[in-house]
Amino acid sequence: MSLTRTDVEGIARLARLEITETELPVYVESLSKILSFIEQLNSADTASVEPMAHPLQGEVQRLRPDVVTETDQRQKYQSNAPQVVAGLYLVPRVIE
Amino acid sequence: MSLHTRSVAELAAGLAAKEYSAVELTEYFLARIGAANPALNAFVTVTPERALADARRADATLAAGKAGPLTGIPLAHKDIFCTDGIRTACGSRMLDNFIAPYDATVVERLAAAGTVMLGKTNMDEFAMGSSNETSFYGPVKNPWDLRKVPGGSSGGSAATVAARLAPVATGTDTGGSIRQPAALAGVSGIKPTYGRVSRHGMIAFASSLDQAGILAPSAADCARLLGAMAGFDPRDSTSVDRPVPDYVAGLGASLKGVRIGIVKEFFEHGLDAANGAVIHAAIDELAKLGATLVDISCPNLPLSVPTYYVVAPAECSSNLSRFDGVRFGHRCKDPKDLLDLYLRSRGEGFGPEVKRRVMTGTYVLSAGYYDAYYLRAQKVRTLITNEFRAAFAQVDLLAGPTSPTPAFDLGAKMDDPITMYLNDIYTIGANLAGLPAMSVPCGFVGGLPVGLQLLGPHFGESQVLAAGHAYQGVTDFHRRMPASYA
Repeated sequence: MSLTRTDVEGIARLARLEITETELPVYVESLSKILSFIEQLNSADTASVEPMAHPLQGEVQRLRPDVVTETDQRQKYQSNAPQVVAGLYLVPRVIE
Repeated sequence: MSLHTRSVAELAAGLAAKEYSAVELTEYFLARIGAANPALNAFVTVTPERALADARRADATLAAGKAGPLTGIPLAHKDIFCTDGIRTACGSRMLDNFIAPYDATVVERLAAAGTVMLGKTNMDEFAMGSSNETSFYGPVKNPWDLRKVPGGSSGGSAATVAARLAPVATGTDTGGSIRQPAALAGVSGIKPTYGRVSRHGMIAFASSLDQAGILAPSAADCARLLGAMAGFDPRDSTSVDRPVPDYVAGLGASLKGVRIGIVKEFFEHGLDAANGAVIHAAIDELAKLGATLVDISCPNLPLSVPTYYVVAPAECSSNLSRFDGVRFGHRCKDPKDLLDLYLRSRGEGFGPEVKRRVMTGTYVLSAGYYDAYYLRAQKVRTLITNEFRAAFAQVDLLAGPTSPTPAFDLGAKMDDPITMYLNDIYTIGANLAGLPAMSVPCGFVGGLPVGLQLLGPHFGESQVLAAGHAYQGVTDFHRRMPASYA
């Protein structure tokens, strides 16, 4: 499996990652290698095999009662935010 | 007084006998960190004020006669665990400015048990790496040879324990990140069953594989700490609600009549010959202790690395989408619009290996490729898990190497991701199947430690720890220390 520059630019865009011109060929090469490596999986006979999402098959994920268990700590949590005004997270203008 | 050569039980006995106070014990290890860390880079944050406050509290508990087995025992936490009020950077520029607003359950439980936090250990960025070279804070050096890597991603914790800068350290293991550095640094390290220890407050890499564990000189020390960490936590949706056995009481179990499977595929695929010889000698030792050796084959096990490099990147691309430069973490300067904010914050905040894995994951999950990659990998994961299940119908434990080679040179594998990924060829299987597995020191090749891996069935931590303990009863590799830190 060989990826092109355009493929990698597209993947980076989907992943919301800025990739520089100098980084791009490095990722084209290494991602192509990784995908070729992954193609070994085609050698396995997976007909009629169920996919496995996590190791606790059969264990049902719990539900909890719909009650408030956490206290409001917005101020503490927002102290890590890059930009906050009046309790709101600020981002560049989205709607003109 | 050389307190760093003592086990957790011996340190606790010394505290109980008033041979030293918890504050003195803490100062002793803080001094060792101060002397050794500039060369090793094992700690990214040392927390002396917090440590001494914890130690004073432990001394009060001791004086009141209310001490438990871990009261006053110093430890280090991998910087993947959130620590309230203390920077939790996860080896990344993205979180270089992140002050965790709460404690991870692991941190909370070990603090409640009376332990003393010395600081936070270095690690591969977001736990993605096998050499601790992807850390934003620079590589950790292996205390046995400063030109070598300590393994990863819990490389800082492994180097910390190897150089006895702390008696024990926490770690996490997604594809071998406790066991491989434990092997390369000559210490013991256990990854419990998936669901055994809470993942709450442990920064997520690949949620169906991640599990917290412990690194320590011996299996007995691991047992003491694991008992305090494990157990149900309603804040982790995959935490399993079942009682935690007394791992310390279980250490006495003999290996007589225990059936140990020797998986053929663990001895193929790049196993260094000298490493292999050391592993075979260790397995002979298990047989001398009374274990019955049984040949096992898991034909799909060699596919565990390609399976992992679909599943783990897929989950990481999803988990790491939370780092958007809006609510916490790195934000680029002067974003011109929202897209620019996302692209540059993430492009600047993540290092090359993290970007590579996020992109791999994005690709294998993208429209048109999902079935060919992700679904197929999930099916192969089933095949591998079924082979382990069939093996454990025949045997009680499995034994083999932890890593194909001893510690390699810094920089040796950084340009070739596939070669780096193949370091985890023997460890990934346990993560895919969710099995408990431990590495114990079992010899040396060219002066560098080698690790024996022991795997158990789901929730078989007691048997794994007991086997490691029995082995350590007749060997002294776990007591050896690198000369400069002895």
